[in-house]
Amino acid sequence: MTWVSNNLDLILELSIAHLRLAIAPILLGFVISLPLGWLAYRFKLTRGLLLTVAGLLFTIPSLALFVLLPPLLGISFLSEANVTIALTIYAVAIMTRSVSDALGSVDPAVRQSATAVGYSSWRRFWAVEFPLAGPVILAGLRVAAVSTISLVTVGILIGVQSLGYLFTNGFQRRIVPEIFAGVVMVVVIALVVDYLLVLLGRWLMPWTRQQKTVRPPLERVPLGPTASNTLGGAR
Amino acid sequence: MSLFAEAFAWLFSPDRLEGGNALPTAIAVHLFYTFVSLLIAAVIAIPIGYLIGHTGKGRELAVGISGAARALPSFGLILLLVLVIGVTQKEGAAFTAFVLLGIPSVLAGAYSGLEAIDRRIIDAARAVGMTEWQILWKVEVPLGLPLLIGGLRSAALQIVATVTLAAYIGLGGLGQYIIAGLRLRQFDQMLGAAIVIIVLALIIDGLFALLQHVVVPKGVAAGRATDTRTRSSRSRAVA
Repeated sequence: MTWVSNNLDLILELSIAHLRLAIAPILLGFVISLPLGWLAYRFKLTRGLLLTVAGLLFTIPSLALFVLLPPLLGISFLSEANVTIALTIYAVAIMTRSVSDALGSVDPAVRQSATAVGYSSWRRFWAVEFPLAGPVILAGLRVAAVSTISLVTVGILIGVQSLGYLFTNGFQRRIVPEIFAGVVMVVVIALVVDYLLVLLGRWLMPWTRQQKTVRPPLERVPLGPTASNTLGGAR
Repeated sequence: MSLFAEAFAWLFSPDRLEGGNALPTAIAVHLFYTFVSLLIAAVIAIPIGYLIGHTGKGRELAVGISGAARALPSFGLILLLVLVIGVTQKEGAAFTAFVLLGIPSVLAGAYSGLEAIDRRIIDAARAVGMTEWQILWKVEVPLGLPLLIGGLRSAALQIVATVTLAAYIGLGGLGQYIIAGLRLRQFDQMLGAAIVIIVLALIIDGLFALLQHVVVPKGVAAGRATDTRTRSSRSRAVA
């Protein structure tokens, strides 16, 4: 572990570069997937199309996508833009589905009430549907953020500096603590960002604080007829 | 766009069928690593997932594991395991990494498949006198199969992507053309290989999607169809 204590500066520097690389795809993915998710939720035709394309894009292995994008977009193989765009595509692929699911989870009665008291569809979306869909959208955002942070490391193969540097450099020099430090830092950054998103969600959506979703363990109560009825209802 | 023409020229050149790194061999190696790892991951994760799903115990653990695994950088995990287990046993180390990366998805698929079943169905099965074992095999497993296949599907895709990265440690497979191409700046070779990898991933995804459809028990398929129809008409009325 002396390697780690001797190279704290390098680890910190790479962690910052890593976080910087991960933030753009997460934010872009969120902004792009909102209208796409709405389209996927609202119209049957666009729903099938968008969700299928999102599913297919998510299927593409990251290294292959890094190779495929440059000739398609006319950018350099070894550029940061390549990594940013590829990771944005994955984030959009994850979040489009969750935004669409989230909007679908809004109680139709609430939507009708909003229309009845005179909300225009634009206002209704931002003031009623979007906040109520918030918890499910946030769940998608958390998944996208964590997987983006983990995927940034693959960029080192096309020369984009991140914590992935500790993997390739550590492998070439046979330094186990170096790779280990890289893996741990990636997980730590992912968990911290995930936790910050949870806090942000609690702050922006105070009504979710109360209903902490701890579901009762299903079989703790011996299943008499009454108990099983309540459990069935709770689901 | 001419790079695509060059990539296809590389792909369909007769040279691809010759030598130690022939394309069919690379595809076979890639598939071999993928499916053997998936099989091992399934053998480990399905029983645990079923145990969690059937008893309802350890659910938080399963959720935690599948959540934390997403944060684990697969590339780093392979390199770490190769150095720790030993460079001479890199195949074993790579298999370990692939299996570890496949387990969370399969586990999630197995337990969520059981968890998603309406409790009343299980109660009904218990009420007509089925033993726990019969409930598991005759009720829970068939009903949970589509979600289990879904878990296997995402595990397979995760492993295909990771096998690509494993070419960095000289494991062969389709990633080797990209890794070698990067060093030699042979973009036609990189793009050609990327296209094969993408097609392979899409085919595997498609096959699992098909399987997911096929394994839905007949009665359930009928019930589900009416269900969606009611739901969609309601949302149309609202919107």
